[in-house]
Amino acid sequence: MSFVKLTASAIAIAAVSATAASARDQVQVAGSSTVLPYASIVAEAFGENFDFPTPVVESGGSSAGLKRFCEGVGENTIDVANASRKIKDKEIAACAEAGVTDIIEVRIGYDGIVFASQLDGPAFTAFEPADIFNALGAKVLKDGELIDNTYTQWSEFNADLPAADIMAFIPGTKHGTREVFEEKVLIAGCEATGAMEAMIASGMSEDDAEDACMSVRTDGKSVDIDGDYTETLASIDANPNGIGVFGLAFYENNTDKLKTATMSGVEATTETIASGDYPVSRPLFFYVKKAHIGVIPGLKEYAEFFISDDMAGPDGPLAEYGLVSDPELASTQAAIEAEDTMQ
Amino acid sequence: MSDFTADNGPAKGDAKSSLFHETTRTKRRNAAETRFKAYGIAAIATGLFFLVALLVAILGNGLPAFKQTFVTIPVELTEAKLDKNGNRDPADLAKVSTFGYKPVVTAALVSALKAEGIEIPFAKEEDVEDILSSSVAAQVRDTVLANPDLIGETVDFRLLASSRVDGYFKGRVTRDALVRDKNLDAEHLDIADAMVAAGLMKTTFNADFIFGSDASESRPEQAGIGVSMVGSLFMMIVVLALALPIGVAASIYLEEFAPQNKWTDLIEVNISNLAAVPSIVFGILGLAVFIQIAHLPQSAPLVGGLVLTLMTLPTIIISTRASLKAVPPSIRDAALGVGASKMQSVFHHVLPLAMPGILTGTIIGLAQALGETAPLLLIGMVGFIASNMPDGITSGFLDPNSAMPAQIYEWAKRADPAYYERAWGGIIILLVFLMTMNIIAVLLRRRFERRW
Repeated sequence: MSFVKLTASAIAIAAVSATAASARDQVQVAGSSTVLPYASIVAEAFGENFDFPTPVVESGGSSAGLKRFCEGVGENTIDVANASRKIKDKEIAACAEAGVTDIIEVRIGYDGIVFASQLDGPAFTAFEPADIFNALGAKVLKDGELIDNTYTQWSEFNADLPAADIMAFIPGTKHGTREVFEEKVLIAGCEATGAMEAMIASGMSEDDAEDACMSVRTDGKSVDIDGDYTETLASIDANPNGIGVFGLAFYENNTDKLKTATMSGVEATTETIASGDYPVSRPLFFYVKKAHIGVIPGLKEYAEFFISDDMAGPDGPLAEYGLVSDPELASTQAAIEAEDTMQ
Repeated sequence: MSDFTADNGPAKGDAKSSLFHETTRTKRRNAAETRFKAYGIAAIATGLFFLVALLVAILGNGLPAFKQTFVTIPVELTEAKLDKNGNRDPADLAKVSTFGYKPVVTAALVSALKAEGIEIPFAKEEDVEDILSSSVAAQVRDTVLANPDLIGETVDFRLLASSRVDGYFKGRVTRDALVRDKNLDAEHLDIADAMVAAGLMKTTFNADFIFGSDASESRPEQAGIGVSMVGSLFMMIVVLALALPIGVAASIYLEEFAPQNKWTDLIEVNISNLAAVPSIVFGILGLAVFIQIAHLPQSAPLVGGLVLTLMTLPTIIISTRASLKAVPPSIRDAALGVGASKMQSVFHHVLPLAMPGILTGTIIGLAQALGETAPLLLIGMVGFIASNMPDGITSGFLDPNSAMPAQIYEWAKRADPAYYERAWGGIIILLVFLMTMNIIAVLLRRRFERRW
């Protein structure tokens, strides 16, 4: 019976797999979708230049990646987690509980966050954090009073901005980008408009005031995008008045559809981000399981290759794609060489 | 009674109901029928319209992905740069990375342009390298490592042009758009036009798109769907090898042998329910059972195949049972009547007659599994994965790989618009596979199905 043969071979395959599962020979990476392009460029070049197979890079977001990273030590867990934010203490604790104690933190460079709109849309050319906060904050200061946000047009609080309906597409809470957006734009805007002061004056503690500053309006004028930047781009395409939050590298690949606005008077370029003049930028990281070094072939070489001058340096392919090179690359290289773990 | 006659009074005045004279009632009924036909035709026309719109969109967006712009130039493989020691030792040769090969290729492009008398309007001549894909250094390096004797000679290479130059020839990139693009300048396009005129650059059919592997975000021009096609193939092997025997065995038992009681009723209801479970649920199940408990490797086509098997099983069981039921009882009775055992009657008579229906159901189930993405998201088959062609059967089942629909999803997410074109191209290939499978199913049914 051919069925019997088929079943027998299927069982044989499963049996082979059970033994072969302990012989993984390529590095597995998962995490931030912002870091994914850079990681894939490195992985490809790594496969070309070394005898190791090309590492596998999955996306899914910083938090999802770190969660999988912290599932434990062993060959069916990932070796490297990409993150567009620093690992949280809570995550380090979760890692330690699962036996992942020695983690090497690697900062690969910086990434700028830009506010972009349709190329032919309203003239959104210059923003201040205060403008974004006034447009999107849940509670804003209007005529000296703290009220629920009722602004409908940008020109209502800043005469220099166009009289266009407020519509913003911001990264959802599972994205590392959201955190930077909250910290460097919303809270900064909250402080600049005086709303923070008013909140504290009304009896809130400083932490509560910060939380209140970070909450965005829920009347549909601010839309959380949980998918990738392509989803934000599609939303902007459909909404001439829409403002979207993008990574600099994504914007640079789509300059035929988008234009960016300056933030606090500074245009987002690799130079202004490297010098720190452009306010909304964040470091990008990846985290390596030290226990896997020496077990998974090529893991340390991959980490070293990632931040080598050839790749992550100011003239390397990562910078060409949009990464802002880290001026302290040399010390990171030394740290990986020595396999320094986080404390 | 009086109302009745009063109502019918005028009708009586009309001609009596006859086939030659339509009464108002008949007219109304006929009109209703005409309207209903019109609704039906409108429904079909709407469906056809959407189908045509979809096909036009797919072909219009996807066909350019099958063409690619190539640059053919002679490259001088300078010994001083590629083999400093001059001993052709493979270990020494491998130490020169792609970063060492890049200037060699750029110099070759510059000299090829000069030989054709094409002016380079850049302050730094090397800036012209943006015309070429960043994959060219690896291509030249691989050729040299495979054949070290080439060092010192001048060899003709067919190199990929960068995605933006390629997009220019496909009408996707315009000069106006390049003003704000820092990856390429309009001057590059002038050079590209001159190169086409000189015969150095050509847009031709691109077999690498069908057979090649995935590429990183910075080189969409190099990306192909071949490796994920192989991944899909291995998953389908697993699905076929598991779902067909299990599904057929289960349905034969349920249909022919099982006693009619509460338990079999419960099982039957649950099989029907299972067929309606969203596929993402099977993905979560697969992650929990196969990867976290059974410790099978992540991103492996084996696990993908197992998950899709779970998804396909109900489809196969339902179609197998339907085709077993369609075999008339007289066949079974005749077999039993001449002294066959129950099992003999099933395997010698019922199963062969039901086979065309079973195979059709299996192929349709496989086609459904082939187009499934959602469960693969959770078991790590989406991302930059399909980069290595598996080098054997075991590695095909166990090494990380993607699947065609997952690859298309991944391409559609990427930043470079060139990847969007590739996604549409991938859809064409996937549709060709699905249509082939469906046509095979139809042919099988036509050829072998028996009606009683």
